[in-house]
Amino acid sequence: MTIDMSQFYQVFFDEADELLAEMEKLLLALDVSAPDSEDLNAIFRAAHSIKGGAATFGFADITEVTHVLESLLDRIRKGEMALTAEHVDAFLASKDVLAMLMNGHRHGEAVDHDAVLSVSKRLNALQEGGPVAAAPAAAAPRPEAEPAEKHAPMADADGNFHFRIELPAVSQKDVDALAAELGLMGALTRDALSDQRAVFNLATSESQETIVAICAFVLDPDALTITSTGPSAPAAAPDYGLYEQVQQAQPAADAAAPEPVAKAEAAAASVGETRNYGRRATDKEGGNGESSSIRVSVEKVDQLINLVGELVITQAMIDQRIGALDPLLHERLMNSANQLARNTRDLQEAVMSIRMMPMDYVFSRFPRMVRDLAGKLGKKVEFVTRGAATELDKGLIERIVDPLTHLVRNSVDHGVEMPEKRRAAGKNEAGRLILSAAHQGGNIVIEVTDDGGGLDRERILAKARQNGLPVSDTMPDADVWQLIFAPGFSTAEVVTDVSGRGVGMDVVKRNITAMGGVVDIRSVPGSGTTISISLPLTLAILDGMLIKVGEEIYILPLGYVIESLQPASVDVKEIAGQGKVVKVREEYLQLIPLWQIFAIEPKSADPSQGILVILESEGKKAALLVDSLVGQQQVVVKNLESNFRKVAGISGATILGDGGVSLILDVAALLRSSRQLNADTMCF
Amino acid sequence: MLTLTDTARDQEAEKPSEDAKEYLAFTLGREEYGIDILRVQEIRGYEPVTRIANAPDFIKGVVNLRGTIIPIVDMRIKLNLGEATYDQFTVVIILNIAGRVVGMVVDSVSDVTMLKPEQMRAAPEAGTAFDSDYLIGLGDLGQRMLILVDIDRLMTSAEMGLIEKLAA
Repeated sequence: MTIDMSQFYQVFFDEADELLAEMEKLLLALDVSAPDSEDLNAIFRAAHSIKGGAATFGFADITEVTHVLESLLDRIRKGEMALTAEHVDAFLASKDVLAMLMNGHRHGEAVDHDAVLSVSKRLNALQEGGPVAAAPAAAAPRPEAEPAEKHAPMADADGNFHFRIELPAVSQKDVDALAAELGLMGALTRDALSDQRAVFNLATSESQETIVAICAFVLDPDALTITSTGPSAPAAAPDYGLYEQVQQAQPAADAAAPEPVAKAEAAAASVGETRNYGRRATDKEGGNGESSSIRVSVEKVDQLINLVGELVITQAMIDQRIGALDPLLHERLMNSANQLARNTRDLQEAVMSIRMMPMDYVFSRFPRMVRDLAGKLGKKVEFVTRGAATELDKGLIERIVDPLTHLVRNSVDHGVEMPEKRRAAGKNEAGRLILSAAHQGGNIVIEVTDDGGGLDRERILAKARQNGLPVSDTMPDADVWQLIFAPGFSTAEVVTDVSGRGVGMDVVKRNITAMGGVVDIRSVPGSGTTISISLPLTLAILDGMLIKVGEEIYILPLGYVIESLQPASVDVKEIAGQGKVVKVREEYLQLIPLWQIFAIEPKSADPSQGILVILESEGKKAALLVDSLVGQQQVVVKNLESNFRKVAGISGATILGDGGVSLILDVAALLRSSRQLNADTMCF
Repeated sequence: MLTLTDTARDQEAEKPSEDAKEYLAFTLGREEYGIDILRVQEIRGYEPVTRIANAPDFIKGVVNLRGTIIPIVDMRIKLNLGEATYDQFTVVIILNIAGRVVGMVVDSVSDVTMLKPEQMRAAPEAGTAFDSDYLIGLGDLGQRMLILVDIDRLMTSAEMGLIEKLAA
């Protein structure tokens, strides 16, 4: 029987990704001088879980790296080895290597074997060098790797060791789980003792410590009796190692300790403590971890959102019908309808919130980047995040990563000054970089703030002149700062490895604008710069203005609308071959007749009979001629392309209260093409 | 081993359906057409559509099908057959092709028929409103003759303009 394992790969990869991210986060937060034992345990568990998964799926390279990592971590969390900055660096490097290996397996990406090797070497070196560097108290226990070697003579012809594992009284479920887990390591047979306790006989190539480690997730290792059986005699070496104690002196480990323990006693006592602590943490995590979240594909969520959207429309239809009834005769029906309306609204909100993700998803990748970057540049940066729990639509969160990465990188590179310069300016040597997110009305505001030198007005103006941009010395600051978003604009004197790598500020601005967002800069010379991004909370819903041309209703995203007015016929002027313009407050705007573009029969072709909606996009204004305004409402944006194709001038569609479809105008494209608008032809 | 037997069983299960296939018969003008029933998602009445500006006239527009927006094409206009009138008897066949949903307006839907290979005739080079590229063949039902249309090819063709072609 062959089971196709590949279907489980994705689950493993997803999980391992999360674990790696978690591990990195914890490592970065770790205080080297006084590490929190719970954090160390969490890091250890992450490494352990990845190792377990990798071994199950046969990714030997991942297993190898995690194994060394795990044993190092194990010793550190037990206090056998002191944590140093060197360790943290090595762990971070191994996290990168693991991520690379994982991508290698997942996408077939190239794997840098030298990097893998060098990390393995680094970890091994730490492993061996460990006891020396560690506190003298840790001298007694041998390095973890050794017991396995000690076991070597006990291996049978297949290289397997034989163990007899007596479990304490635990629930059948735990026994089954353990049996399944241990079964992955080798040949397992089950037995039961007279007092209902289960006994496993296991032939495996893994060491005893691994068995204990696995069991420790389910039960108290101290209550476990593991005996080496098997072909060769149990060679119980006198100075066996820490876990041997478990074998020899089971429940009453502390009392009359046999001779090998004597040396390790002090260490063992403290270890027992940490271990207990760690186990409690495990239990806790296992307890809520399983039930608190489930993994669901985005499609399913989107489908749910669609269905709820439908429900909202149906509910609106019922409301419309009921509105025509006599309220006195149908009082109870109306009450029910009101209740339905409330429930529907709540349901819609709840469902929409599924797509929301905390900003932490984005923020969590920056501490590492800032740390590496600052190290590379020889700067000192203290990185602070605020409002990481602020939620944003998943679609937007994924698209904000790149622009934000660029902004953070920019701040470290250009914003924060070198330590000497900061000292000279009377500031703290370490620069402060704050990444914050907060809700403001229907928007989320994400800010990157540094306390560096601020933007250099003169240099930006000089550079702008050099680039041929229209500038004047009397421009307000806000306008000057916006200049850095012009394409090809970089005030960096030297293009470094860090900055000037292709994505410019213009791309940042374009990306954010494409998401319906706004970028704003505040800067004070000598005390820092804040770049603030304001985004709508979700792309799935937008505030729309319903307009009517002929018999057709279109939707204008409200964000583009400045005002609407009825023009006097004297203000509308024809320009030969260029269409019409309209004078609005001493400004001549291009007039875009929607009926002409979409070939609709209008109520009237005369602009003075219709309504002009003044639109602005990318700094360009134009007046859209429509027949009438219908109203304003929030609409759920639907994709046209999923079943049809892109339509020029249309950015999407939505479903109105009556169940009909209405198209959403692509204002940016309309304005962009307005220059090419001629009297009778229209090409997008 | 498990996968092997499964595949074998699948193949066996498929065999009869390879012999005889079910077709949905519909009429356009005076001709009777057949399309693979497995491509048909549902059959609905005609509802008012939202017109798409500057689209070819056979693309009537888009409608809301339980929350998804789907295009509606009128084959009568496309093929110049019959009268393109819309009343309560007008029928829309909702097709599911290449993961996309599209509605097709026809004159009427008659029935679902099983066609065995021996009932299939080669498609004529000319004589139907369809380009012979989109025909599978003719189905001989004694009194009736079904023109079998390769609906996948037709709906995904550049001619229909329903799907954005990279090269286009």
